[in-house]
Amino acid sequence: MNEAVFTEIREQLSGVTREAAVEHGVLALEIEPANLLEVVDALKDAFGFDMFLDVTAVDWPEREPRFDVVWHFYSTRHFVRVRVKTRVPLAAPSVDTLVPFYGSARYMERECHEMYGIVFRGNEDLRPILLYEGFEGYPLRKDYPKQKEQPLVPYRETKS
Amino acid sequence: MSLPPLTSLPNPIRPAFDRGSVPGSVIVNIGPSHPATHGTIQIVAELSGERVVRTDVHCGYLHRGFEKECESHTWHNLIPYVDRLNYCSALINDFAYCEAVEKLMGIEITPRARYLRTLLAEYSRIADHLTCIAAALMELGAMTAFLYLVTIRDYIYEHLAALTGARVTYSYGRIGGLANDVPEGWLERLLEILEEMDTFTGRVHGLVDRNRIFIDRMRNVGVLTTAEAVNWGFTGPILRSTGVPRDLRKDTPYLAYAELDFEVPVGIKGDNYDRYYVRMREIDESAHMIRQLVEMLPAGPLCVDDRRCTFPDKKLVYTEIESLINHFKLVMEGPQVPPGEVYSAHEGANGELGFYIVSVGGGVPWKVHCRSPSFVHMGGVHRMLDGYQLADIVPTFGSVNMIGGECDR
Repeated sequence: MNEAVFTEIREQLSGVTREAAVEHGVLALEIEPANLLEVVDALKDAFGFDMFLDVTAVDWPEREPRFDVVWHFYSTRHFVRVRVKTRVPLAAPSVDTLVPFYGSARYMERECHEMYGIVFRGNEDLRPILLYEGFEGYPLRKDYPKQKEQPLVPYRETKS
Repeated sequence: MSLPPLTSLPNPIRPAFDRGSVPGSVIVNIGPSHPATHGTIQIVAELSGERVVRTDVHCGYLHRGFEKECESHTWHNLIPYVDRLNYCSALINDFAYCEAVEKLMGIEITPRARYLRTLLAEYSRIADHLTCIAAALMELGAMTAFLYLVTIRDYIYEHLAALTGARVTYSYGRIGGLANDVPEGWLERLLEILEEMDTFTGRVHGLVDRNRIFIDRMRNVGVLTTAEAVNWGFTGPILRSTGVPRDLRKDTPYLAYAELDFEVPVGIKGDNYDRYYVRMREIDESAHMIRQLVEMLPAGPLCVDDRRCTFPDKKLVYTEIESLINHFKLVMEGPQVPPGEVYSAHEGANGELGFYIVSVGGGVPWKVHCRSPSFVHMGGVHRMLDGYQLADIVPTFGSVNMIGGECDR
């Protein structure tokens, strides 16, 4: 049954996807950033992908464009998942927000923004959520040193 | 000693609003360290009298860089880390993570491991639901019910300690199997505990189900419709409490769930009472599943016979050079996982627990992302708080069962 849904999606979205393959039970669509809203609109309205599961990014420092932005959607009608992936460069790491489609995108885009510096155009609330105000840098980028510390309150001196 | 004066301490958050939207309202800060919010969560609320006008929920006080840390350890070394995501049902995290890695490696676990994982996942779900309900009831003043439930939870913890060696964070999953087989007499004790649990949950039903005070605090409070719940990404017991039987164990069966007989309990209107009742019924269903699994548990090996991930027998490591090298490579370099990416989700105690893993080959992951239900729920919890009384925040928040470790990662 999954196969039928996947084939239908691939056929209907073949004009706006660069690649489409089923990987470990999830249909993975590669798209251009400009086509995001069109693809999501089709997925939500025509195929019943009503659950926004997740958005995150993957950093490939050697590659240009450097970042993958990855979304996962779930259909509570067909019980299948779709992964939508697009590439954005370091110079302009921005994609459209999905808040108009899914309320839950608001919080998850905040996390992706603070961790990777991806800007979600149209999401007006991109305040830090897991980090704090004034945190410098994007900790999940590969060039952020793991051991770097930015204490909000200075460490107390201890007697030696 | 050079502590800055109190007034100069920076504020870690910038609230979404600092003045009221209705005349006479006040802005109140609740948390992040507050006795009534289990877990470090901060709620900035606008109050008009006792009524909550709007809320701004902040988390992150327990953020410890889980995903960053994962990128510099071998695949096996991450198991203790995933344990500490949802520490009320750590085994479910273990199994969800291991399954994601196994999918990438193309490994199918042995039947015994598959059934045992299912059994332990359900056992963990019971422990998690017991914790949630016990804490929520205690916050309403039902101390007896709290003690009844945590008594059982403690039996479970000690029983799991006999299997895994730890009470809360077990590190028991292994890529390709499990750490060790069940000790003798363990399954008999399991059935005893379930028997005892039925007595205690029965007493809790008797104490609160038709209790006027309890109903007044829970019924029609924190109401969520199905459409709203889906839009805000709610999964698990919260989504089911709105009346839809959406459960990954039924909808996308994994492990041994396809072979089990169980029901998916649903609520009527998605309020606090329904969330309480759905969790209580899920405990019954989990116990029912465990009883079936004890009967079904097949004999045979626990770990797959695959040198890429399974550690060789300790006796052989000391006596045979191939096994010694194998052990050394697995510890020093880690299991070799082929390049690729995978999203794998289990029905966690709180909702969809997904792992999105990217591998570029080799023994260390390129990226591990955890889609944690608690974090997503915090993004939508204001829908259950706004418009109710200030005092309702406590039972509503209790019924959401936010787990700091998993929310903040």
